[in-house]
Amino acid sequence: MEKEEISGYRHQALDALRKAGARVGDKVKVEREGEAVEGILMPRTQLGDPNYLVLKLASGYNIGVKVNGRAKVEVVESKARPPGAPPFAPPEEKPDLPLVEVIGTGGTIVSRVEYRTGAVYPALSTEDLYRAVPEISSIARVRARVLFSLLSENVYPPHWEKMAEAVAEALEEGAAGVIVAHGTDTMGYTAAALSFALQDLPAPVILVGSQRSSDRPSSDAALNLMAAVRAAAYGPFAEVGVAMHEWVSDEAVVIHRGTKVRKCHTSRRDAFKTVNASPLARVSDGKLTMLASEGFRPRNPTGKVRVKPRFDPKVALVKFHPGFNPEVIDWYVDRKYRGIILEGTGLGHVARLCYSHLRRALDEGLFVGMTSQCLWGEVRMTVYEVGRELSALGVVPLGDMLPETALVKAMWAFGQVSEKEEVQRLMLTNLAGELSSRILL
Amino acid sequence: MDVDYRELGTKVGIEIHRQLDTQYKLFCNCPTHLTREEAETIFLRRLRPTASELWEVDTAALFEFQKGLTILYEADPKTCCLVEMDEEPPHDLNPEAVDIALQAAFLLKAKPVEEIHVMRKIVIDGSNTCGFQRTCVVALGGEVEVEGRRIPLQAISLEEDAARKMEARGDRVVYRLDRLGIPLIEVATAPAMTTPREAESAALAIGRALRGTGKVKRGLGSIRQDLNISIRRGALIEVKGVQELGLISKVVENEVRRQLGLLKIKEELESRGLKAEELVFAPVDVTSLFQASKSTVIRRALASGGRVLALALPKLAGLLGWELGPNLRFGTELADRAKFFGGVGGLFHTDELPGYGITPQEVEALKAQLGLSPLDAAVLVADRAERAEKALEAVVERVKEALQGVPEETRTARPDGSTRYMRPRPGSARLYPETDIPPILITPERLERLKAVLPPSPEQLAARLMERFSINRKLAEQLVDSDYLSLFEKVAAEGRISPSFVATALTETMKSLERKAVPVDSLSDEQLYGAFTLIGEGKAAKEIFLELVEEMAAAGVSPEQALERLGVRMLSMEELAAVVDKQVKEHPELLAEKPEKALGRLMKMVMSQVRGKADPKTVAGLLREKLEDRHSSSRNT
Repeated sequence: MEKEEISGYRHQALDALRKAGARVGDKVKVEREGEAVEGILMPRTQLGDPNYLVLKLASGYNIGVKVNGRAKVEVVESKARPPGAPPFAPPEEKPDLPLVEVIGTGGTIVSRVEYRTGAVYPALSTEDLYRAVPEISSIARVRARVLFSLLSENVYPPHWEKMAEAVAEALEEGAAGVIVAHGTDTMGYTAAALSFALQDLPAPVILVGSQRSSDRPSSDAALNLMAAVRAAAYGPFAEVGVAMHEWVSDEAVVIHRGTKVRKCHTSRRDAFKTVNASPLARVSDGKLTMLASEGFRPRNPTGKVRVKPRFDPKVALVKFHPGFNPEVIDWYVDRKYRGIILEGTGLGHVARLCYSHLRRALDEGLFVGMTSQCLWGEVRMTVYEVGRELSALGVVPLGDMLPETALVKAMWAFGQVSEKEEVQRLMLTNLAGELSSRILL
Repeated sequence: MDVDYRELGTKVGIEIHRQLDTQYKLFCNCPTHLTREEAETIFLRRLRPTASELWEVDTAALFEFQKGLTILYEADPKTCCLVEMDEEPPHDLNPEAVDIALQAAFLLKAKPVEEIHVMRKIVIDGSNTCGFQRTCVVALGGEVEVEGRRIPLQAISLEEDAARKMEARGDRVVYRLDRLGIPLIEVATAPAMTTPREAESAALAIGRALRGTGKVKRGLGSIRQDLNISIRRGALIEVKGVQELGLISKVVENEVRRQLGLLKIKEELESRGLKAEELVFAPVDVTSLFQASKSTVIRRALASGGRVLALALPKLAGLLGWELGPNLRFGTELADRAKFFGGVGGLFHTDELPGYGITPQEVEALKAQLGLSPLDAAVLVADRAERAEKALEAVVERVKEALQGVPEETRTARPDGSTRYMRPRPGSARLYPETDIPPILITPERLERLKAVLPPSPEQLAARLMERFSINRKLAEQLVDSDYLSLFEKVAAEGRISPSFVATALTETMKSLERKAVPVDSLSDEQLYGAFTLIGEGKAAKEIFLELVEEMAAAGVSPEQALERLGVRMLSMEELAAVVDKQVKEHPELLAEKPEKALGRLMKMVMSQVRGKADPKTVAGLLREKLEDRHSSSRNT
């Protein structure tokens, strides 16, 4: 506990604080060489210089104050206990509105700021959602539950399995749609995973995130969440989608198909793009418009979801590049990987010096699929000799499937069937819109 | 008005904000100048207040949100990147700006902090795309000396300038992103000034120190001053946006007068025995009385489906018309609240009626319907019913506050030195760490390096100017206090024009143009330099510097264009020689005079004809030649 209370401090600063019995939130006075600074002790990031205290001055500003051997720290006033949260009357639910379940997995779609320390807390109870974005209560009845609290880079295939099961459970309990709140970095992978793991979906499953954290007034979270609730409650489609800003304006949110979406920008609100297809739908001005040019799987209220949640993580995504050392392929073979998805150049190529290594992989029974690092367009391994040679070796062209989607799909396929031929058949079958039959301009 | 400000317990604090002339903005690599180009991108945002750990929301922030503000941002790629659009995290805090702020700290005897922490200050009126302004304290303490008194400073900070408001209409506001992120230095004094004059002098002293860094921008909008003003038994009033130094004392005077007036109203209300319970929000729909009204305000409201709502204010008769300052009555205070909270255009009160198209008969009918006694007053609002109601509710609140004296509020300064209601005072400022930017250590080595290249003090600077350019002390001091010091040095160092002339032009001439309300602030250093170059190259006469600058500023043209527009150009040597010849021939009598006297008189005559078109030195030279010619030829004959 004590560790918590002086979190982040090390070395001389920690010693000085221990000696003074100071804790984060206490008002302290630091005296050095006849000068004194007073302020509330703030937590310190682990990476900062260890010999500084962070103090919040009476003006509200923070500054760093150096503590050396001669500095004297004393507690002026112990941390005042924050008063309890004021009573909150949740907005009245309208019983005739559809029920939407929100499953929290991480990210900060809703959060609260502790101005005293600057800490940002995720907030994901039903009440929290209603408080932060009261508008959603006029769209649907919302139930929230927290499944994980993960930064999205820590989401691994076992988490996909749990998410798929949680979504299925919510649907079976009568939700008109399900929302998964997710950190954006790997949201595209999770969307693909749920697209394959949730078969025969009766209703929309919408992943939602924010590119600007919800602790800032300009966050995109609220608009994305409102659109996600609308899509989950009323969308005429029964697919996995990702709800994010269409552009940098707070006007429209698009729902991207889970197998066709990719995060294409590190920071913009419209970082998510549908590749090689049109998005599923757009939500703007409180209205949802379908956009899917290739059609969509319709909502089916009487249908029942089949959960196929197993993923085998022994599949690798390998990006070819000039200077690529093909021994990388051997490494995976030696470690008994079952599949390799290549991210080749252009129409689906790798250097000839990879051939022998690929031959070995194929001989050992691995599935090797080809995608393109161009992302836009499909692989076509009949145009150049290299392509034809790779095909002849047994490398399987995967059409316009996104490399990440192909990876997730192969992990899923190996979770379902064990024969390589079966996996290959699944990989080439369009299960959730991951393969386009036509690519339009 | 003869007021003993110290006796009244007047306390004034100042925050001075000044744009820094850095190469880049505070948190990205965009340039720090504004643009007049068309916006290439316009995007829309809505800002919502963020909840604190207690789910409390800042009052001012919530208020803006409830107004349902739609914010449009105009961006162009020359002055704005993804950072200003809040589409990319901020880059590192601009080290050039930090260095300037640290030098200002030395000049103001403040103590630099050892580690800078960038904070977010919640502002959701749209002036910042993030919904907060990034700001950090760079130094603490410090002082300036004003009339022998030491005025302590509180802090020196760096912050990002806000986006430029282009247009506000109803619930829609348009901002330009070029200004967003330009570094601002902020110097805040303690509330230690006790008179209007002291406040103005303190601002002058701080401004001098900031200018001393040689790195502050000049011109319109590059400097803004906020004041905190209170008197004993009054309240702390924050006045935002005093643009001119010369306005500070006037704003303080007016605010003290306003607070005294409000205290008087409080006394009057007490003597009339008004109790808060008597002030009830009970609006009465009096639309039927005004069906045939001649008032355009009422007719327009009724035509668009609005109503006329009235509210009785017991025991307030006569008080609504009380003057609180120039163009400011107690009724104005009520109207400002009504406008702000109800979004209405304004209100009528019985102290000003009949009038504005409202007839005595209508007033009588109104008084009858509300059952007003002669001691009572009433206010009227004509607008959509729900707006009118909100407006009247705000009026009741304001009158209740009058029973307490002076309500704390944020006011905005007007160009005439008066102030008007702007918004409620924000709660304790919402400041929390900007987690995207790690703390910045200020090393002793950096401080040493900056101290070594510390710019000279104003006194040293003036002495140096006197020595180098042989100008008098008065001019040197004026230059140091002006924004044109570096321009002066550049022009004077070229040696084509006398330094005294350049100094006078940049101080007294510019000031006289300012007094004539010529927008000299809009002139760039390049434009002014161009004007001096024309003079230096003999293409324009010194005598027309004032007209030249006036024309440049008024018409927004280059020096060459201004010269052409003025229709003056220098005479060629032949033309000038012809004028001189003619004068000499026409006045043969002068040849009898002593040569020096003849020269003086001829000089006057010639110059009266060619002023602005010829350099007096050239004229004198020509005259001398001519006179010598004449003398020698007359001797020969």
